[in-house]
Amino acid sequence: MVVGPVAFMALAALLFCIGLFGALSKKSAVLVLMCLELMTNAVNINLVALSRFLTPSSLAGQFAAAFIMVVAAAEIGLGLALVLALYKARRTVELDRLDRLKG
Amino acid sequence: MPESIAAVPFVVLAAASLLGAAMVVLSHNVVHAAFWLLEFMMAVAGLFMLLSAGFLALVQIMVYAGAVTVLLLFTVMLTLRHREDAERPLDLSWPAAGIALAVLVAAGAVIASFRPAVAHAPAVTPGIAEFGRLLFTQWALPFEIASVVLLIALVGAVWWSGGEE
Repeated sequence: MVVGPVAFMALAALLFCIGLFGALSKKSAVLVLMCLELMTNAVNINLVALSRFLTPSSLAGQFAAAFIMVVAAAEIGLGLALVLALYKARRTVELDRLDRLKG
Repeated sequence: MPESIAAVPFVVLAAASLLGAAMVVLSHNVVHAAFWLLEFMMAVAGLFMLLSAGFLALVQIMVYAGAVTVLLLFTVMLTLRHREDAERPLDLSWPAAGIALAVLVAAGAVIASFRPAVAHAPAVTPGIAEFGRLLFTQWALPFEIASVVLLIALVGAVWWSGGEE
């Protein structure tokens, strides 16, 4: 028995939605960043799988996944730096307590 | 070179990645969530190996399992004043579940209507040498831009998190 591209796409969709659910519902900034990483990894699985099945010779999906990894690494670095700056300024990383702009 | 993708390793790795992702969301402890994220990253690296993407599997382990998880753990340690602060409520919200479910249904509809041109994995895939050759010829410009992006992100991260004032 062999696995086709649809199985990988279904797996990626499930992982993406788990990450989306976490990113939308978590109140800790660090946990939201972790869930964003889940989502980017799900996208990468999709890209690599479709590249393997549909355009195996050009490796286009693998390059797209590699550049998404670069952007995700930059994002997590900057995100965690922001969390640290936030913690220094407000002594909390709870997103629902950052309500200074609320009227 | 594997001629096709076997079901047993795929099911094992898919289950491992789903377990890791679910436990990141469902852990009460932030540190436990970070370690489940590590398990998830390793499972995804295994999936990349299964898809004959050896270079990406290596990068996945080095960047995500290595650097990102350590970075997350450091941030958890720096932003928690007491050990008990790591324990926290789950914060699961119904609107978020509704949105995620709607996205899942939409994605499922797209996937169900997807008719792949090829049902089985092609027998021959280019190896890591071809990846490197293309990276420095066809993809050289994005590669250089990516290095600038990383440099700017690094400087920005130091700028934001460091300094006395």
